[in-house]
Amino acid sequence: MLGRKIARHSVAIVGTALLGGLLSATMVRLAPGFDTDEAQIDSHLNSGSLRALREARSQQNNILVFYLHSLKRASQGDLGSSLTLHQPVSKLLRERAPLTIQLIGVALVVSWVGAMTMALSAAGLRLETYDAIATVLSGILLCLPAAVLGLLSVLWNTPAALAVAAIVFPRDFRYARNLLGRAYSMPHIITARAKGLHELRILFWHVIPVACPQLLALAGVSVSLAIGAAIPIEALCGLAGIGQLAWQAALARDLPLLVNITVLVTLVTLLANTAADLIGSMVGSEPA
Amino acid sequence: MKTSRRVACAVLLLVLGVSLCAKLVAPAGYARQYREAADAPPSRQHWLGTDEIGRDRFARVLYGTRLSLLLAPAAALLSTLMAAVIGGLAGYLGGIFQRAAMTVTDLFLSLPWLFLLITVRALLPLNVSPLVSVLTTFLILGMLGWTSAARVLCASAASLRNSDFLRQARASGIPGARLFWIHVLPNLKPVLLAQFWISIPIFILSEANLGILGLGVAEPMPSWGSLLKELEGLVSVGEEPWKFVPLVLLVAVVTSFQLIVSKQEEFAV
Repeated sequence: MLGRKIARHSVAIVGTALLGGLLSATMVRLAPGFDTDEAQIDSHLNSGSLRALREARSQQNNILVFYLHSLKRASQGDLGSSLTLHQPVSKLLRERAPLTIQLIGVALVVSWVGAMTMALSAAGLRLETYDAIATVLSGILLCLPAAVLGLLSVLWNTPAALAVAAIVFPRDFRYARNLLGRAYSMPHIITARAKGLHELRILFWHVIPVACPQLLALAGVSVSLAIGAAIPIEALCGLAGIGQLAWQAALARDLPLLVNITVLVTLVTLLANTAADLIGSMVGSEPA
Repeated sequence: MKTSRRVACAVLLLVLGVSLCAKLVAPAGYARQYREAADAPPSRQHWLGTDEIGRDRFARVLYGTRLSLLLAPAAALLSTLMAAVIGGLAGYLGGIFQRAAMTVTDLFLSLPWLFLLITVRALLPLNVSPLVSVLTTFLILGMLGWTSAARVLCASAASLRNSDFLRQARASGIPGARLFWIHVLPNLKPVLLAQFWISIPIFILSEANLGILGLGVAEPMPSWGSLLKELEGLVSVGEEPWKFVPLVLLVAVVTSFQLIVSKQEEFAV
């Protein structure tokens, strides 16, 4: 059963990632100005070089052919070369991935620790003032654009990961608080409380197992949120990560780079959601 | 109606009302340059000071607010209509149509919203007239923001597909198109309304993000995004606090929308 589910998810992930790559390649190909290259007006180039440039560009005109060629090369480990940075895409991704992974990883840990601590204490303590303060704090963060948090992070000289965490935190907190609040109001948990069971035992034996599958789904969504937030934050904070690379690739209409980043982002997002779904279904099948 | 929601409505009406009267309150307009008073602090003539090329910041905030408050709902309307047609129709027709529509929505939803938005906007021409940039920005928001709403509407329409009243209507010989427009869509109204209200603050924030990154509304037309871009040059928060007025206004308006939306959210899932 689980094996079939994993197989089904794998097919869906690969299919969606490939479609995502095709979508991004089509968008770049149709973007105005794709056919022009500033190298073509370089007076230092002779007619032979210009012809070679035009031929190289014309190979990308048929988007399907270009995409199939790219996939064939990618299956052999060659992701092509960036048109603007003149470096292999795989090298660029390898160089920049650690920074983005660190940024997103730290941000997810900080936001989840903050959100779960506040959600658990709000749901467990049931103090109206505390709940109101936590809701207002998350509400304010929810109303701030990601780019503003990036600018404030530069202004206050705080780590960029905190800015990404501030974007993920309010969504996590609100959802987790509602989930835990609903779990705490279930009849068997009220009975357990009335019978004087210890709060920690109620939490770990009765509340967490009930909310776990949905919390795991939330964790999957958080990854997607953090990746999205990393783009403006890296661009504004001048961090040389994959987010900044995506930004540069989109502005420069760098087809090979953008297609690979889109496939990568789609794969990471889908893998995170699928992992959350699979773990959630395994945990959810156990009696609470 | 809860007090908080009443206050939120009042704030929205006040901000919208003042911004609609921008021509009366700031008759000089958003583009006039007071070159002798460039980068000036607040004064009697310029309540929020002037920007680096001498334009009155208060006037720009009013006109920018008007733009965001009028066009974000327009973009939300477009995305809701697209979601209604694509999601509603796919759910109503079922089978291969539903699977195809859900594959497309899955594809869009697998890309983070900001990544998709920034990529698509960056691919379109940036060196265009202000009016074209306004239309492009909000059209993109409307045309990309329909996917999650379509998913909800597809599920709602699919649950209606086999309902008794639709079976009866179908058995009476009512054509499929009429069934959809007269019987299915009106039943999706609460979900559509909820999706519309939820989209507005999302689009306002998205426009602000694009504007700060230089991908939003082109100069000299102001928007919340382009006004917030001024924060980039700040050295400290206390240095020129009046530059934070657009941010305070943005937070107040989005909070008000969130408070109004909180009632609608129960229909959206």
